[in-house]
Amino acid sequence: MSDAQEVARLQEIARQVRIDILKMLHKAGSGHTGGSLSAVELLVSLYFHKLRHRPADPQWPDRDRLLFSKGHGAPALYAVLARCGYYPAEEMQRLRKLGGILQGHPDRMLTPGVEISAGSLGHGLAMANGMALAARLDGKPYRFYVMMSDGECQEGEVWEAAMASAHYRLDSICVLLDRNHIQNDDFMIKIRDIEPIRDKWAAFGWNVLSIDGHDFPQILKALDEAEACRGRPSIIVAETVKGKGASPFENSPKHHGVSPTDAELEQALKELGAQPEGGGRRA
Amino acid sequence: MAEMLGTRDVYGDTLAELGQAYPQIVVLDADLSSSTKTGVFGKAFPDRFFNMGVCEQSLVDTACGFALAGKLPFVSTFAIFTMRAWEQIRQCVAIQNLNVKIVASHGGVTVGEDGASAQAIEDVALMRVLPRMSVIVPADGIETRAVIRALVEHVGPTYVRVARAKFPVILPKDYVFRLGRGVVLHEGGDATVVAMGVMVSRALEAARLLKEEGLSVRVINMSTVKPIDEELLHRAALETGGVVTAEEHSVIGGLGGAVAELLAERCPVPMRRIGMQDRFGTSGDAESLLAHFGLTAEAIAEAVRDVVKRKAHPR
Repeated sequence: MSDAQEVARLQEIARQVRIDILKMLHKAGSGHTGGSLSAVELLVSLYFHKLRHRPADPQWPDRDRLLFSKGHGAPALYAVLARCGYYPAEEMQRLRKLGGILQGHPDRMLTPGVEISAGSLGHGLAMANGMALAARLDGKPYRFYVMMSDGECQEGEVWEAAMASAHYRLDSICVLLDRNHIQNDDFMIKIRDIEPIRDKWAAFGWNVLSIDGHDFPQILKALDEAEACRGRPSIIVAETVKGKGASPFENSPKHHGVSPTDAELEQALKELGAQPEGGGRRA
Repeated sequence: MAEMLGTRDVYGDTLAELGQAYPQIVVLDADLSSSTKTGVFGKAFPDRFFNMGVCEQSLVDTACGFALAGKLPFVSTFAIFTMRAWEQIRQCVAIQNLNVKIVASHGGVTVGEDGASAQAIEDVALMRVLPRMSVIVPADGIETRAVIRALVEHVGPTYVRVARAKFPVILPKDYVFRLGRGVVLHEGGDATVVAMGVMVSRALEAARLLKEEGLSVRVINMSTVKPIDEELLHRAALETGGVVTAEEHSVIGGLGGAVAELLAERCPVPMRRIGMQDRFGTSGDAESLLAHFGLTAEAIAEAVRDVVKRKAHPR
């Protein structure tokens, strides 16, 4: 497959993932739409291109691990895992419902393919450090990806963990920072600016890569560069648009923690070239 | 005078003893390894020892990562600082049901001279409230060794509290620790004293004092505060009709709270709780502080006299 064909393949998967995210959040009636949509290309790049993983064998010991630290973006992870075949797509109908395997925030004990339970921000990188140190003790070559939000960088524990990753030279770790510039209450610049965020991570001893987080060629190149980096952990600061692909949600600070209304869903599905709810759904 | 042994010293030595036989053990500390005694393990097994610096939150979460990778992490810092990582313990250790062993040193007021900011009197309450968490407070060095050896074969989140001060050795060398089981150390029928940690030795002393007055007191070492030994407690309340708890911890939410919750539902009897009476500690040497806060054999004895009186004349 040529590079262009691969990018086209990933773009089509991303389009379908966005449709799944919107439909499942609409059905659930609550959840975090904006931060799910901003992370789609990053997750699709990992699960459909970069990660060594086996959806039929979620506990395969030699798999690469994605630690989804920005737990509120769970619908994006759920849609991608379902499309990989970790569980039937029908599970998405029961998102956030009593007895479902897809909790409001990721639960590793309930959902195949979920590596860590999350929801409270700031925990993922430190857990990745422990896993990476254990892999080093065992001489295992697999890699660890941590999906982090920009608001999450306001948590003190992130910086504790960032110090440790660099101290132990954990080059098996790559953070993907979903830099969508919006946190729960408003634009981050109004609440608590984290800039210059690249300089901060660099000062903590990290290899910092900067990309457009919706551009597949840039994402794939950065993932390869991060893997090639020796002696330092890497962070890919991915500039993204919150709510990407669904115009009612795009760059809207009012839509951090809400699901689509009927009208918003209809408009978004139209923009994504999807059939309205109830028809044309992939099994 | 009984032999004195530091429970934290025993912890460090026992971990180092186990390191060879259990290659999956890793030990994490937060810049207090010379005090928590994990440094003994660190010296013996430097590749499996991780000093995380003054970073309690990531200390706990890094241990979770080790547990997720199949290692057996022991995590140590002062009890006071485990509370700083309570949210990590809840969200990552307990919710994920990970096999992380938290062994907190410097529990209680016997930390001494460092004062209130260093004296954890709430840790047992905070850990006990977490689903899936086991909470253990060994009575002496003998039990500490037995607890640590038992924990390497136990699977699940665990909090163990050891101390800075040396405690009198009160248990026999062949003492057997079983998680979730209290042990009757002194038989008696007039009242029961349920104690944890250093207060077990005070409870035994109180039983001796009261014997001279003709009162026979049952003394239970309730080192596992959670899951608490419900049957042993129920039987003690039923058979002796009065209960006194004794702990180097707040009477709110700790051992006294746990016993009161259980007995209120299953077998209400006159009860008193010896412990920190909703107040913080202060600087002083360990023995002076125990006396200052009424954590003494005499205070336990007085509480027993009170419950015995109330058995006869309920108010």
